[in-house]
Amino acid sequence: MAEAIVKHERHVDLPPPKSEVGIYGWLYHNLFSTWLNVILTVIGLTISGWAIWTILDFAVFGAVWTGEGREACQTESGALIHACWIFIGARFGQFMYGFYPLAERWRVDFSFLLLALAVAPVFLRDEWIRKKIGLAVAVVATLLTLAYGVGPAALTAFMMFAPYGLVYNRLGTILPRSDDNALIGFAVRLAVIVGAGAVGYVLAGAIVGDAEATPIGWMAAFMTFGLVTLNRAGVKAWIVFLLIFIYPFAAFYLWVGTAFGLEYVETSLWGGLFLTLVVAGTGIAVSLPIGIVFALGRRSHMPAVRTVSVAFIEFWRGVPLITVLFMSSVMLPLFLPEGVNFDKLLRALIGVALFSAAYMAEVVRGGLQAIPKGQYEAAGAMGLGYWQMMRLIILPQALKLVIPGIVNTFIGLFKDTTLVLIIGLFDLLGIVQAAATDPKWLGMAVEGYVFTAFVFWIFCFGMSRYSMYIERKLHTGHHR
Amino acid sequence: MAVQPARMKVTNEPMIEINGMHKWYGDFHVLKDINLTVMKGERIVVCGPSGSGKSTMIRCINRLEEHQRGTIIVDGIELTSDLKHIDQVRREVGMVFQHFNLFPHLTVLENLTLAPIWVRKMPKKDADEAAMKYLERVKIPEQASKYPGQLSGGQQQRVAIARSLCMNPKIMLFDEPTSALDPEMIKEVLDVMVDLAKTGMTMICVTHEMGFARTVANRVIFMDEGEIIEENEPEEFFHHPKSDRTKLFLSQILH
Repeated sequence: MAEAIVKHERHVDLPPPKSEVGIYGWLYHNLFSTWLNVILTVIGLTISGWAIWTILDFAVFGAVWTGEGREACQTESGALIHACWIFIGARFGQFMYGFYPLAERWRVDFSFLLLALAVAPVFLRDEWIRKKIGLAVAVVATLLTLAYGVGPAALTAFMMFAPYGLVYNRLGTILPRSDDNALIGFAVRLAVIVGAGAVGYVLAGAIVGDAEATPIGWMAAFMTFGLVTLNRAGVKAWIVFLLIFIYPFAAFYLWVGTAFGLEYVETSLWGGLFLTLVVAGTGIAVSLPIGIVFALGRRSHMPAVRTVSVAFIEFWRGVPLITVLFMSSVMLPLFLPEGVNFDKLLRALIGVALFSAAYMAEVVRGGLQAIPKGQYEAAGAMGLGYWQMMRLIILPQALKLVIPGIVNTFIGLFKDTTLVLIIGLFDLLGIVQAAATDPKWLGMAVEGYVFTAFVFWIFCFGMSRYSMYIERKLHTGHHR
Repeated sequence: MAVQPARMKVTNEPMIEINGMHKWYGDFHVLKDINLTVMKGERIVVCGPSGSGKSTMIRCINRLEEHQRGTIIVDGIELTSDLKHIDQVRREVGMVFQHFNLFPHLTVLENLTLAPIWVRKMPKKDADEAAMKYLERVKIPEQASKYPGQLSGGQQQRVAIARSLCMNPKIMLFDEPTSALDPEMIKEVLDVMVDLAKTGMTMICVTHEMGFARTVANRVIFMDEGEIIEENEPEEFFHHPKSDRTKLFLSQILH
C-alpha cells in the first residue's frame, strides 16, 4: 500500500503576475500582444481619429452658432460647408411645440413640470420626503404661482396633495372590511367614490363654473378611489396611483384647455417633440398594463380568455403599424355613424397603444414562462388567490427578468412614433422635415436630421441606462 | 431513540381523511384507491421508490393536485373544485417543498410575513413580530433582512419551514425536505422538524431519512406504484416488514 500524502501547512496567497493586471496588462493583452495586433491597433486608431476629427470639424469647430438667417452660414461662394446650427435655433420653438399657439406654450412646459414633480419622490428616500415635504411643497407652490399664475398653481397643489398629503389617511380602514363581506365592502366603497364625484361635480359647477364641473367631479371621484383603496400603501404606491389616475386628467385639461380659464387648443396644432412625447408616453403607459393582462390571458386555463388573448396578440402583431395608423385615420371614420367623430390624435394614440400592447404581451409572457412552477405552488399552498399570487409573487419576478425586453419595446415604440407623419400629424421628425423644405432655409436637412437624431438618441439612451440601473437595483441574489 | 411520547400526544380527532382516492395523469393511473386517516397530532412518514406517487398524494391534501375519485376531508372541509374550500384548507395546511420555493425577490422577513398580511389580513407590525419569533425558532433570526439567494440550502429550508409556520397551520406537509440538501445541512433541517414534532403538530412527511422516521413518526407508510403497500409503527416497519416489496425497498436504502 502506498504511503499517505499529507500537507500540513497552508499555501500563502500570491499576487497575480504583472502582465495580467493593471493598465500595462490591459494594453498588452488587448492592443499589442502580437505584431499583427500592433499593426491593427495603429490602423484602427488612425481611422477613428480621422473620423472623429471630421465630425467635430463639421459639427463643432467649423460650425456656425450665431448669426441671422441662412446667409450667415454660407461661404463667399455661397456653399454650405459646415453645420449651420442657427437653423435649429430659429425654428426651435416649432420643433418643440409644433403649431401650439405661442402664448399658450407655457401650458406644455407646465404639464411636464408637473410630471417631474410627481415622479421626483421616486428618486428620493421615503424618510426625507416625510421630513421635508411640507417645506418643499410650499416652496414649489409659491414659485409656480409666481411663474404661471393662480389657476395652474391650484392644479399643482391638487396634484401634490394627492400623493403626499394622503399617505397616512385611514379612510379605508373606517369603512366596512371588504374581506368579511366582499359585496358590502365593495358597495360601500363604490357609493363613497360615486358620491364624492357627484359632490365635486355639483360644487365645482356652482362655485367655479360649468366648464370645470366635469373635470373636478372626475378628479374628486378618482381621489376618493385612492383614499379608500390605498391606505396601507407608502409614498411610492401613491405616486403610481397619481400617475395613472390624476396626472392624465391634469395634463389633458392643460393641453386641450376649455376649463380653468384655459383657452381651447385643438390637437391638430400639437406637434414637435411635445407630440412625440405625448404619443410615446401614452403608448408606453398604456401598453404595459394591457400587455400584462393579455400575457396573463394567454396563459389562462380558461379557453375563452385564452382565445381572446391569442386573437388580440396575433392580430396586432400581424399588421404593420403604418397600416394601423392609416386605418385609424382613414377607414375608421367610414364605419362610424354620421356625426360621431373621434379626434384624429386620439385614434392614433389608441392604435399605437394597442399595437405595442401586443408586443409587450409577448415580452411579458416570456418572463412568465421563466418563473419556476414551484413559485406558483408555494404561493398557492400559502392560500394566496390568483391575483394576489400574480401581483405579489409572479409578476415582480417575471417583469424583472424581462426588463431588457420591455425597454426594447419602449425604445422601439418611441422611434415608431415618427410614423404618425403619414396621417398628417407633425411629430419632431415631421416638423423638422417640413422646416427643411422652407425656401428660406434650403439645404438645412442634414442639420435638421442630426438634431432630430440627437434628441431621439438622448431619450432612448436615457431609457436604456435607466433600465440598467433598475435591473441592478432589483438584483437580489449573489453577485458573481 | 424515540422522542418523549407524552409530549407528542395523538388524539382521536381525525385531521385528514382520505377515502378511496384515485388520481390519473391523462391515461396514467398514478394513485390507486388511497385510504388514509391522520389523527390530530399524528406524525406520519411516507416512503417508497421514486415515481411511487408519494409526493402526488400529499400534494392532493392541499389541492396542488386534483384527485378524480374518492374524497379528501381536511379539518372537516371536503376538497372539491369549490375555490372557497380550497382556500380554507390551504390556510390551515403548511407545505415545505424539496426545492424550498422561497420567493427570491423578497427578503427572508418579507417571505414570512407575506401570507399573514395578505391572506390573514394581519397588521404588518404583528406579522413582523410573529415572523421574528418563528425565525428564532428555526435559529436564524439574524438573516431576516437578507435575500434567499444569499443563504445556504439548509438555511433556506429552515426559512421555508418558518414561512409555513407563520400561517399558524394545523397540519404541516413536507415533500422530501432534505433531498436537495448537501449532507452537512440535512441535520440542521431535521433538528427543526424534530422540534416541531415535539410541539404536537400534525405532520406528514415524505422522506427517505429513516433515522428521522424512527425518532419522530408514529406511523410509516410505504407506497409503490401508486398504492399504499404497508402501514405500520416504525419499529415494526423497519425490523419486521410484512410485504416483499417493502423488504426489497428497505434492503436497497438501508444497505
